[in-house]
Amino acid sequence: MNENSQHDVARTVLTGEDIERVLTRVAFEIIEANKGTEDLVLLGIPSRGYPLAQRLAERIAASTPNQLDPASLVGQLDITMYRDDLRHSTTRTPAPTRLPAGGIDGKVVVLVDDVLYSGRTIRAALDALSDWGRPRIVRLAVLIDRGHRELPIRADHVGKNLPTAKSEKVRVHLAEIDGSNEVVIEASA
Amino acid sequence: MKHLLSTADLSREEAIAILDIAEEMRETGTRQVKKLPALRGRTVVNLFFEDSTRTRISFEAAAKRLSADVINFSAKGSSVSKGESLKDTAQTLLAIGADAVVIRHPDSGAPARLAATDWIGLPIVNAGDGTHEHPTQALLDAFTLRRQLALREGVSPVGRGLDGLKVAIVGDILHSRVARSNLWLLNTLGASVTMVAPPTLLPVGAGAWPCRISYSLDAVIESGVDAVMMLRVQGERMRAAFFPNPREYSRYWGLDDTRLKALEAKGHDTLILHPGPMNRGLEISSAAADSPASMVLEQVTNGVAVRMASLYMLLSGDLI
Repeated sequence: MNENSQHDVARTVLTGEDIERVLTRVAFEIIEANKGTEDLVLLGIPSRGYPLAQRLAERIAASTPNQLDPASLVGQLDITMYRDDLRHSTTRTPAPTRLPAGGIDGKVVVLVDDVLYSGRTIRAALDALSDWGRPRIVRLAVLIDRGHRELPIRADHVGKNLPTAKSEKVRVHLAEIDGSNEVVIEASA
Repeated sequence: MKHLLSTADLSREEAIAILDIAEEMRETGTRQVKKLPALRGRTVVNLFFEDSTRTRISFEAAAKRLSADVINFSAKGSSVSKGESLKDTAQTLLAIGADAVVIRHPDSGAPARLAATDWIGLPIVNAGDGTHEHPTQALLDAFTLRRQLALREGVSPVGRGLDGLKVAIVGDILHSRVARSNLWLLNTLGASVTMVAPPTLLPVGAGAWPCRISYSLDAVIESGVDAVMMLRVQGERMRAAFFPNPREYSRYWGLDDTRLKALEAKGHDTLILHPGPMNRGLEISSAAADSPASMVLEQVTNGVAVRMASLYMLLSGDLI
């Protein structure tokens, strides 16, 4: 290990509080774009998209006058088997897909992920989605958009646009998985 | 994992990883679109030198659900009957463009031979070789046990082993590759195994296996087991008299109606497994085969999921 990699500059771009504020804004953007909560389904992409989708669903449910059950809005969509790099990366264990009781046919599905980068995960998610049903509209919400797209895909709701170099790494830590809430950018040597 | 030849090669982590992936694969069998694109553009060859219905169909369904192309080869009606060697047959398949080979062979060790030589550099799945091993059958049996127990306890089966489970494997142990594969895998997963058979149907050296051996099915049922795995009496491999007649076998080592009642009387829902095809009335009675405790059809369903997981493990990831 050389000296540089031991002293990676890890810079916090979003603190836990920042993440909360950003999610609140994105939640209201989603409601605004949908003109309410009717037919709305949030599908998180494992692993960190799912807790984000849950947090968004809680905010969206709390904003409605009749106190919607957040669980009826949120689900998880596994994309492992739809990836285009299965031959090249290590074997990945698929995660369960759980859809809300109402299914996704005719619904407005908002895909939720932590970082939008090449766009390949979202392509895989769109393929996976079509095997589960036919949503009326599919939108995309991400916490971080770090650029460097390799496919013609863009997010409808972005928590934070983060210009990065390809050599940098963006790490999202969420309490549900990592025990803390922050977004860190690492300049790897 | 490069090949799947024997359950003795699997570590506990690997075995649980396959069962966990199979758990997700089984879910896709319940949805509207049952196909996954994971192996699109790959070709899986089913190379069957021995008769089989459920294993071949199960592997075929598994490969197709992962969007792989399947070529079925059976020795009957092929150039093998003209004297073609295993090496030539295998290399022909490579030339056709196969990406993985699923092989069943009457000779123990044929899949290992394919894997060990440089004839073809493809992942090999052993689908039963002679009286040696049948790893995917053992995996689907373990999967079925794990899933049923988790359902009963109302927990998720993912990540769990079979620790503390008591399993009796009953019948023609001598000729059974299923028994051998199950023995290694069940031990790896923490279950304790009792082999029950007439002395003539136990192989020489069974005493050194990590299991208990009993000659009395009644005594084993009386002692209480969580699952009984009935084995088929393999008439086609028997070239000597191993028991006086079928009625006597059935009377002493078959799961007949009396023993079914004894199992039910023990009152803790012993699961009944059979790898199929069943000889109804010989090793298992119709009442036992069709009882609610019978997992026979569940095993077939789970077989597809386990084989999907195996093919996925072998054909994804770095192949170098």
